[in-house]
Parts: sequence; structure tokens; C-alpha cells
Amino acid sequence: MDRQASTKESRTATDAKAGGEAGPALVVEHLRKTYPGTVAVDDVSFTVAEGEIFGILGPNGAGKTTTVECVIGLRTPDSGTIRIMAFDPHVDRAQVHAIVGAQLQTSALQPKLRVAEILDLYRSFYRDPADVGELLDALGLREKRSAYYKSLSGGQKQRLSLALALVGRPKIAVLDEMTTGLDPQARRDTWDLIESVRDRGVTVVLVTHYMDEAERLCDRVALVDEGRIVALDTPTALAEQAGGGKRVRFVPSQPFGDRLLTELPEVTSLERRGHHVLVNGTGDLVNTVILTLAGAGVTANEVDVQSATLEDAFVKLTGRHLHEGDEVTAG
Amino acid sequence: MSALEEALPASPPRAAFGKLLACEARLAWREPIGLVYGLGIPVVLLVVFGAIPSAHKHEAQLGGLTVFAVYVPILIAFCIGMLALFSLPRALVTYRELGILRRLSTTPLPPSWVLAAQVAINFVLALWALIILVVVGVAAFGAAAPKSPTGFVLAFLLSVAALFAMGLWVAAVARSASAANVMAGALFFPLIFFAGLWYPQQYMPAALRDVGQLTPLGASVEALQNATQGHFPPAGPLLVMAACAVAFALLAWRSFRWE
Repeated sequence: MDRQASTKESRTATDAKAGGEAGPALVVEHLRKTYPGTVAVDDVSFTVAEGEIFGILGPNGAGKTTTVECVIGLRTPDSGTIRIMAFDPHVDRAQVHAIVGAQLQTSALQPKLRVAEILDLYRSFYRDPADVGELLDALGLREKRSAYYKSLSGGQKQRLSLALALVGRPKIAVLDEMTTGLDPQARRDTWDLIESVRDRGVTVVLVTHYMDEAERLCDRVALVDEGRIVALDTPTALAEQAGGGKRVRFVPSQPFGDRLLTELPEVTSLERRGHHVLVNGTGDLVNTVILTLAGAGVTANEVDVQSATLEDAFVKLTGRHLHEGDEVTAG
Repeated sequence: MSALEEALPASPPRAAFGKLLACEARLAWREPIGLVYGLGIPVVLLVVFGAIPSAHKHEAQLGGLTVFAVYVPILIAFCIGMLALFSLPRALVTYRELGILRRLSTTPLPPSWVLAAQVAINFVLALWALIILVVVGVAAFGAAAPKSPTGFVLAFLLSVAALFAMGLWVAAVARSASAANVMAGALFFPLIFFAGLWYPQQYMPAALRDVGQLTPLGASVEALQNATQGHFPPAGPLLVMAACAVAFALLAWRSFRWE
């Protein structure tokens, strides 16, 4: 149960943007893609609004990468429709590639080209490209500008790959596992960068198997498992859908009867573990619990607040954890 | 819709090809496989032959030519073969193997531009090789300049077309850079044998020589030698090279994979 992360600030500001008035940047309908012996993507449909950060979250092998590879025209779907700003990636390849910036998992660059040379080359493919200097600064690659690609660390290669996805000033950025291999500081910097990119009006489709990344960045998340979308909503709504609600844990300054709290409408259950009291519930649980206790002359010490996460939602919907695909042992 | 379509031309800026060429040129310099094998080795061999006094004796068995004069076209064929079969496919297969072509195919750059840039870079190397071999041969070692320049250029261009098409076919079917090297070796060494690198065609038994002239490099040497001596190359070798160019270009076209 300790998988639950501590509550962060509510994210209603970004939630409000989901499904806004802007026309769809991307529409995927009934997408299906099979490989010999497996169905990689099975009847996947979703719509991404312009200016949205849309997450595709799921364990390895869930079909996330295949989905975005179909979206950017690298793979041909068996059936289904894909429209990027009304273009079909398999018919209007050139137009789609001009407005979509992609970061792929399995791609490399010429080992003996320098960072600045690569950026300058990719920049020349687009009509209205970004400034190379700004990108180098934003991704912390300035001091590496004269380094050969082959001499870069994994994290630096990853950041350069992200820079190449953004160098064409895309209308849509499709980023597949963009923070894999980055250290924690670089991950946070990358998240800031993605937010600033979105603030400039770019739509972002983010493939990830990191919940924290999806919770921090995404306006809406599609939870994907075994080629299907099992749920699609804002991260908060998904977490609430998991029934997790909130949980407060504290050490009371003096004994009190359970009914003091269990009679509150916000409280769904109460549990005692040693000195600790665990209260599960919904709504404004924390304030209500603390005020009620205070009214009875009890002080709550060592208060720890947890809320349900995307991980909980995923476990509830699929019976499996996001990572390693291991079975949930506890009922 | 129409406004959006107008704002999105279907091709990348033309300057992209220049940038691509510049990058490929840098790589050709930084990983000088083509430069060393396609240009360096033949020029060194030319100087070595040039320095041997007996290579400048007129031999009756060579139709009155010197060994040196016979070797200039063979070394030109050597350059073209090396660049076409080793240097050209190596880059393309490596790009495919590493996922570079895949990465590029998500940009507006047509993948064919990458292929065109590789062909262009190797063609320029072949042209340099031709100029250096002819100029050094004439200026430093007193070889005769090609007496039929038109025929000489035509023979050179057809040799390049035939061998580069073969190289592109190698690039199309080889799954890895090491497989491409094996294929290139299996093609290059028999071909350069028939071109006369170890044993000039004039010394070969008639049957072997006839077979050799049906191979692209054998035909290339035959055509280049004729043009050097002042005859427009005969139709036979020119047709062999043209047929080879068309056949391998078609094969390469049909089997080329970007991924």
C-alpha cells in the first residue's frame, strides 16, 4: 500500500484544459495493428485537443510505441483512421512530417557528427525552424555542441533527440519515453521544457511508463494495457476512479473513540495500527479530521496525507502493476 | 484546409540537400574508408608502378604498350569498384542498421535524398580519383593522355553507373554493415581480377579474356584502354556496362528497404 505517493498540489488548472474548445490536433479511431502472432494494438480510439499534453501510459509491451509509430506514419495500421490536423500520415507523409516532431526510442544519429552539426542539419529540413542556440540552452547541451554524437552519454543523446523533435517548431510533438535514461534533475528540467513548449501552443503526445511523469505533465492520460485503452481521463479523475480517494495517517495525542471520526460523512473507514490511526475517505478529508479531533481536544501528530495515484487506477483496472507487469498478489 | 495545405509545401527546403551533402562530406573525411581505399591505395599503386623502370618498357605482348600505360585504366576501375562496392553501401547499410534512416524518415526529408547524397559524395571521390590518376600518370610518368576524351569520359560514366548500381543493390539486400562488406568482397575481387589487376587482360587466355569482357570492370578497362589509345570504345563493353547498370538499378529499386 505504500506505493501511494504523498499528495501534491491539486492540478485543476491543467485539468480545465482537457477537451477545450480548440479543434482536435490528433484523432485516432479504431486503430488496429497486428504482428505475426500478436495483436499489438486493438481497437484504440482517442482524440487529442490542440495545446493539450496527452499521455499514453502503460507497461512495456502494451502497444504504446506501436500506436505512436502508426500516428507518425512509421507503421501502416491494419485498420482504423488517423488524422493529424486533418492529414492522413500514410497519404500526406510530407505534410505530417512537417508539423509533427517525433522522438523515437529506437533511433540513432551519425556517430561522427557533432551536436551542433546534427541540429543544424535537422533544422534545415523545416521551413520555420527553432533557434539552435535556444534549444542547446534549454536542454543543457551548449557545452557539448562540438562533441561527436558517439561521445555523448545516454542522457545527453536523449536530450539531443528531444531537441531534434522540437527543432522544426512542430505543431505536435510525439515523444516516446523522453526521460528514460535521464538523471532526476534532467528529468525535472525536461518536464519544465515540455510545459514551456506546450505554453507556446504545441500539442504534446507523451508515451511513458512513468506515473510521476504522466501525473505531473499530462492533461489527460490514456491507460493502455495489452493493446487496448482501459481508461482515459485526467490523472486526478483516473485516480479517483480507482476509488482510492484520500488517506490520512496520524498519531493522536490522546485516545479517542472511533465513532468520533467514522460518523463524519467524509470518512469511509478507520483503522488502527499501533500508535497510528489510518483514516480513508473523500472530499476535504484532512481538514475535517483535524478540526473534529481538535474539537474533542485531540491533537493529530505526524500527519501524513496520501492520495490515490495513476498506479492505483492501473492496478484496479488491469489487476497488474505498471512496472514489470507483475501480478498483484494481495486481493 | 486549403490555407493549411498552402502553408505546408510537400518538400523540405532545397537548402536541406546542401546541408546533407556537407554532413556527408565531413563524414567521408572523418571516416575516410572511401578516401583511403578508393583514392589513396590506387594513387599509391600508380606511383609504385611509375617508379619501376621496367614498367615503362614497350611490350610486344601488350600490343606495344607499357605495363604502366596498361595499369592506369585498371587502377581507375579499381577506384570505381572500391567506392561503389565498399564505400557507398557501407554508409547506407550502417544508417539503416543504426536507425538513422528511420529517424530521418520522421522528418520532411525524403529518404531518397540521403541516397542521392551518398551517390554524389562517392561520385565526387571517383572523379577526383580519375583526375589524379590521369594527371599524375601523364605529368609524372609520361603516360599518354586519353586520345579520345569523349570516349574516355563516356567509358568512365558508364563504369560508374554500372558499379554504383551494383553497390546500391548490395546496400538494398545486405542486412548489416558486416554482411555488406562480405558481399562487396565477394563481388569486388572476382571483378577486379577480370579487370586485370593481377594479370592484365592482354596476358589472359582468350577464353578468360572473353569472359572478363562480359563483366562490368573488365568492360570498363577495355573501354578506357581503347579511349586512351584514341579509338572510341567499341559497342561491346559499353553495352555490357549499360546493361549492368540497368539490371542492378532495377534489382536495387525493387529490394531497397529504409528500415
